[in-house]
Amino acid sequence: MALVELPEWVALAPILLLAGTALALFVFDSINPRSTNRTFLAGTAAIGSLASLAVAVWFTAAGVGATGMDGFGVIELFDGQIVVDQMALFFMVVIAVVTALVAVASYDYMEGHAYQAEYYSLVLLAATGMATMAAANSLVTIFIALELASLPSYALVAILKDNRGSVEAGLKYFLIGALSSAIFVYGVSLVYGATGFMQLDAIAAELEALAAGEGGEYGGLLGLGILMLIGGFAFKTASVPFHFWAPEAYEGAPAPISAFLSSASKAAGFVIAFRVFTTAFPLEVTTDLIGIDWTLAFIILAIVTMTVGNFAAATQNNVKRMLAYSSIGHAGYALIGLAGLGAGSETVMGAAMMHLLVYGFMNTGAFLFVALAEYWNVGRTFEDYNGLARQAPIACVALTIFMFSLAGIPPFGGFWSKYFLFYGAIEAGLLVVAAALVINSALSLYYYSRLVKAVWFDDPLVERDSLSQPTGLYAAIIFAAVMTVVLLPGFGPVVDAALEAAAVVVA
Amino acid sequence: MMIEAMIAVALIGALATFVAPNRLAGKLAFAISLVPVAISLWLFAAFDGSGNALLDGELAFESQYEWIQLGDYAITWFVGLDGISLPLVVLTTILVSLAIVSSWTPIDDRESQFYGLVLFIEANLIGVFVSLDFFLWFIFWEAVLIPMYLLIGIWGGPRRKYAAIKFFVYTNVASLLMFGAFIALVFGLGDSVSSFALPEIATAMRNGGLEGLFGIDGPTLASIVFVAMFIGFAVKVPIVPFHTWLPDAHVEAPTPASVLLAGVLLKMGTYALLRFNFTMFPDQAEAYAIPIAAIAVISVIYGAMLALAQTDLKRIVAYSSVSSMGYVILGLIAFTQFGVGGATFQMVSHGLISGLMFMAVGVIYNATHTRMVTDMSGMADRMPVAVGIFIAGAFGYMGLPLMSGFYGEFAIFFGSFGSDFLAYAPVFTVLAMFGIVIVAGYLLYAMQQAVFGPYSLETDYDVGRAPLHDVAPMFVLLGLIILLGVAPELIFDMITDAVDPILERGEL
Repeated sequence: MALVELPEWVALAPILLLAGTALALFVFDSINPRSTNRTFLAGTAAIGSLASLAVAVWFTAAGVGATGMDGFGVIELFDGQIVVDQMALFFMVVIAVVTALVAVASYDYMEGHAYQAEYYSLVLLAATGMATMAAANSLVTIFIALELASLPSYALVAILKDNRGSVEAGLKYFLIGALSSAIFVYGVSLVYGATGFMQLDAIAAELEALAAGEGGEYGGLLGLGILMLIGGFAFKTASVPFHFWAPEAYEGAPAPISAFLSSASKAAGFVIAFRVFTTAFPLEVTTDLIGIDWTLAFIILAIVTMTVGNFAAATQNNVKRMLAYSSIGHAGYALIGLAGLGAGSETVMGAAMMHLLVYGFMNTGAFLFVALAEYWNVGRTFEDYNGLARQAPIACVALTIFMFSLAGIPPFGGFWSKYFLFYGAIEAGLLVVAAALVINSALSLYYYSRLVKAVWFDDPLVERDSLSQPTGLYAAIIFAAVMTVVLLPGFGPVVDAALEAAAVVVA
Repeated sequence: MMIEAMIAVALIGALATFVAPNRLAGKLAFAISLVPVAISLWLFAAFDGSGNALLDGELAFESQYEWIQLGDYAITWFVGLDGISLPLVVLTTILVSLAIVSSWTPIDDRESQFYGLVLFIEANLIGVFVSLDFFLWFIFWEAVLIPMYLLIGIWGGPRRKYAAIKFFVYTNVASLLMFGAFIALVFGLGDSVSSFALPEIATAMRNGGLEGLFGIDGPTLASIVFVAMFIGFAVKVPIVPFHTWLPDAHVEAPTPASVLLAGVLLKMGTYALLRFNFTMFPDQAEAYAIPIAAIAVISVIYGAMLALAQTDLKRIVAYSSVSSMGYVILGLIAFTQFGVGGATFQMVSHGLISGLMFMAVGVIYNATHTRMVTDMSGMADRMPVAVGIFIAGAFGYMGLPLMSGFYGEFAIFFGSFGSDFLAYAPVFTVLAMFGIVIVAGYLLYAMQQAVFGPYSLETDYDVGRAPLHDVAPMFVLLGLIILLGVAPELIFDMITDAVDPILERGEL
């Protein structure tokens, strides 16, 4: 393999491609301000993210960061501030896929909008931050990456300047985001105070030394720090109790941005949570020092988050809010990955990663359908969606696929990822969590099938002329739908990649 | 590879039909559906399997490929046929083709979507009968729900939304219960299984490999799983008291969906009962034999009484399905060669006869726009052919000799009367036989009201002879019903070959 002879920073290619594309778009905007060449802008953004995707998939397949027989081992850069391993690459794939879908879909959605170049470069800049989150291995780099992802996101939510909802949502998102950043940084400083290190593996080593020695001196401080870090992650992943911003922000934001935030940003939030808690705070050692097992916090968070999300989603009349709450519910499912770590197996975390990958397609697709509906000006409630299948049968088939896949019904990809979470929870001995997962999934079918019923069964409230077929939105939606279906027969490689990635960090 | 080809043709055909223009969709779907018919008939002709696919014996047209490995368990693409599944596959392909032809008249809205969904159902129905891996089977099993939900909800009658949602909720909750029970069973088997392949699990169960789970010991776990799975499948069958979704779904569904629902979907439940409950848990089946037989007899009698009380022709046929499925359960619980074999034969036979009845009701409804037998009179005057077929189907239902219904019921009663497995078997058999009298009662009543006497229907529609493409599928079905009635050994021999290993209990 020629790869070995290249300098090690090449391993960062998926991130660098995203960053380069973002900067190229900025440059283009400076040369040619207020350009409305949508084809060029959306095309560049899509090509940049697809290139990042291709490189990340190639690296995963070639064994970069894998510790197995044909792997190159985990690549550490900048004295271990950043690592590229299979988990980082797995999440880079998820983020790049969602970014590409959003870029393609935005081609139609942002038509006639004033800030074209800014929009695409902000999307790619946020994606760069998220991809960096996947590779960050120190509390400092994590924080920088987190802010790099968050700041463009605030702007993106508020980018529809003449829309009051959008601006208000951006403001709320920014205020709560700033608060949670403060909490997170405070947590970082407490952990630093207790251990004297920022780098994750160094923290783990120090904790072991503390536990072996006198120990316990800063146990309370450390515990508080960990709790605050959990708060920071809960915000980023829209988990209870830091979930209140999500429905507001998703509803006010342009629909492709809602898709972006609820899929890619959430996945990025999970990857840092996975890495921090598996690498920096080994379970036994940390339990000795702070007196309680931190998986307990995640068990409670997982159950509460999925229940709150699903019950709230069931009572919504607005489709976008329903999807926002359902994405809170799905954060609860993914939290099982951390809740199940107590059993020390990689299966459950691998299952959570698989779920986030499948979710990247089905949830993005669902929000993009909302984007399509907004493009058609059909309104926002379930009633407004009535009878859409008459005018747009193919998009509605895609929507049906997304809904049933989100509910976890065969024959769609969501069935596997939910089953593997269930399997992982049982294997970890978390019967209550497994039961909550099943009950919530059964409940979620109610509101997902309500949307299916609206588009297929009900007669439209108003007469609609034939609806246009925007190429970009259709292409993105159909691609996401095809992937959601194809992931069912083709799940084998996903399982292998996710388990391999989880094994690296859990071991 | 022929099995895969059959499923692939139906799936690709579904996509092609979905995007085809509306006016071509019906013909296109019919042309496509002839390919699976041809393949299934070829499979039938070339079949040389022996024994039961889940237990011992040779499996026909088997193929197995790696799919997913997670933890200790492998999930594989594993399909094959034996004497139980092959007749059901042939039934499925033929009924789908005929159902498509019988939809040409009544379906006049969004045709391409309708026929696309019908072909999608076909692929999944075939999948259910050929799958030998639990996950593969479950995916097909659940995937049937979505198109059927849409068929009822979009093209159904006035209360279609209610019926569609009720159908979906009932059967999905039942599937969830069954799924949980089966997963608990696999975990409870511990190291004695390394995959979700049904033959492996069935053999491990019969060898007593069940260790228990979460502090529940093996025998208790087996009983819990048996009961949970029985309920899960009983909803699908459906038998009393889980039958209430069926009349709603049937009455609201468009004719072709009713044909598939009664003809094939209900058989998924009895087929699964045979494959899972009776093949894997013979000891639990014996322990619960009396309650199961009681449920079967109640379904026969109560279903028939409910049918007797109806005036809607479609409801009469729908409730009679509850009754007929009761016979199937009785045959299964008899656990004799003729009982289980007759039950399997009856699945095929009922598929043909109920399909025929629903088509006939559909044709009459298309012409008159009413299904109330009290409104009709002397239909024989105006629609002699369609009504003649309806009468023939009704006689098949009543069990007229030389029609398939006779042989199925005869084998079931013969098998269950002398059963050692079921205590008080003669009592249950004799009680169930009363069902025949009631069936004859309601069918004769319906015919007397609707068919005979002077024509006096008050309707604005011009009631006349049905077009050829409406009656042709019914002639095909009638031909098959008589063929199986005259020569039941065409399928009964392969059925008994596959049934015999089930009846040998204990070590294999």
